[in-house]
Amino acid sequence: MCLAIPAKVVRIMDGDVAQVEIGGITRQVLTTFVPELTIGDYVLLHAGFAIQTIDEADAQETLELLTIMAQEWEGDA
Amino acid sequence: MRFIDEFRQPSFAKALAGKIQKWAGPPVNLMEVCGTHTVSIFRNGIRDLLPPQVGLLSGPGCPVCVTPDREIDKAIALAKDPKVIISTFGDMMKVPGSYSSLNEAKAEGADVRVVYSAMDSLEIARDNPGKDIVFFGVGFETTAPTTAASVLEAKRLGLKNYFLLSVHKLVPPAMKVLLEAKEVRIDGFICPGHVSTIIGSHPYEFIPRDYGIPCVIAGFEPVDILQSIDMLLEMYSGAKAEVAIQYSRAVRSAGNLSALNIMSRSFQVSAVEWRGIGTIPESGLKLAKELESFTAEKHFQIRTKPPRKIPECRCGDVLRGVCTPPECSLFDTGCNPEHPIGPCMVSSEGTCSAWFLYSSREREDGILSMEAGR
Repeated sequence: MCLAIPAKVVRIMDGDVAQVEIGGITRQVLTTFVPELTIGDYVLLHAGFAIQTIDEADAQETLELLTIMAQEWEGDA
Repeated sequence: MRFIDEFRQPSFAKALAGKIQKWAGPPVNLMEVCGTHTVSIFRNGIRDLLPPQVGLLSGPGCPVCVTPDREIDKAIALAKDPKVIISTFGDMMKVPGSYSSLNEAKAEGADVRVVYSAMDSLEIARDNPGKDIVFFGVGFETTAPTTAASVLEAKRLGLKNYFLLSVHKLVPPAMKVLLEAKEVRIDGFICPGHVSTIIGSHPYEFIPRDYGIPCVIAGFEPVDILQSIDMLLEMYSGAKAEVAIQYSRAVRSAGNLSALNIMSRSFQVSAVEWRGIGTIPESGLKLAKELESFTAEKHFQIRTKPPRKIPECRCGDVLRGVCTPPECSLFDTGCNPEHPIGPCMVSSEGTCSAWFLYSSREREDGILSMEAGR
């Protein structure tokens, strides 16, 4: 199943384990596939593992483009 | 929730939908490969936002739906062994095999346990040294690395009672089969977002290169899907076919190298059967030779009766985009989420289940068949 949720890294432990927070709930995940993590990073969670880090700068860029598109749309309407 | 809510903003959806509605080109069929996309499209009413010339087809990206009944029969046969504990993801429990389901086997006394992660199965093996634990490994490239990690960990720990019954599959070979079969015209692919966090964009490049069809790797929120449709239409009208990443916050073109590395160390690729589609070369993952001692089929003598097909079930056609669920004679007349006949109705990501639960249908008596107890 393709379900994976974004979660924020709040604690990094030994042995490829980290604690992440999603919507106020904290849980433990395996970081086998995301070896270089910093507290505050966002990761995608799937089946107990972090499978990728989320590129926040990229997300921001996409949102800025969408904001401009929406403003132009309103402008034309 | 961060990185979710922002991609649900109505103003963004409105602008994208408005732009898509101006589509003045010929009718196009876009296929969303992944079951999670099918559900998101329904849940967010995306179809209602598209002009009639932009059609969406559901593809075979539901790993539960494409697990052959023969494999479920094997899992059930193993579960019936009193020394065996079968662990599986929840979605597999109700999927019908030829004669039964894991849920029914459990009701009859088999030790079948639902897990959230392959690592939970490993825990069960450690906690039950007198039993053999078989993990039923279902899923595409998003999940396969997690299964691989569990087997490598079992090896590291020297566990002798952990086994894998793998039905893991790869998505791009199925896309190729659909293109070669030419049963439906596909003008663009909405590619699976989370599979792609692992495999990146390169495995899809053969599609624009050899078939001239554009691909966009899409996120799962409504704005992600609308933006992806917009990107596909732009490429189509510009006659520019390539693989683009809409879900760039999570997908890198090289994918996740550490996950890919673990997969290549742990698995070998082989031809496997996809329920409703047939055998697809180089599309399935079995454990590599060095890890064969963990392969369930090598360790156990699994005896199953010959598989049995239900002729009226059109899950196969649905998975290939050849028909929509309501075109199956069993849809809502005998097959529904409470009493599923085929896997597409059982899985939370199955096309038939999504259609049943989310689309509005005119019925003579205006009552949903589930509520009427039929």
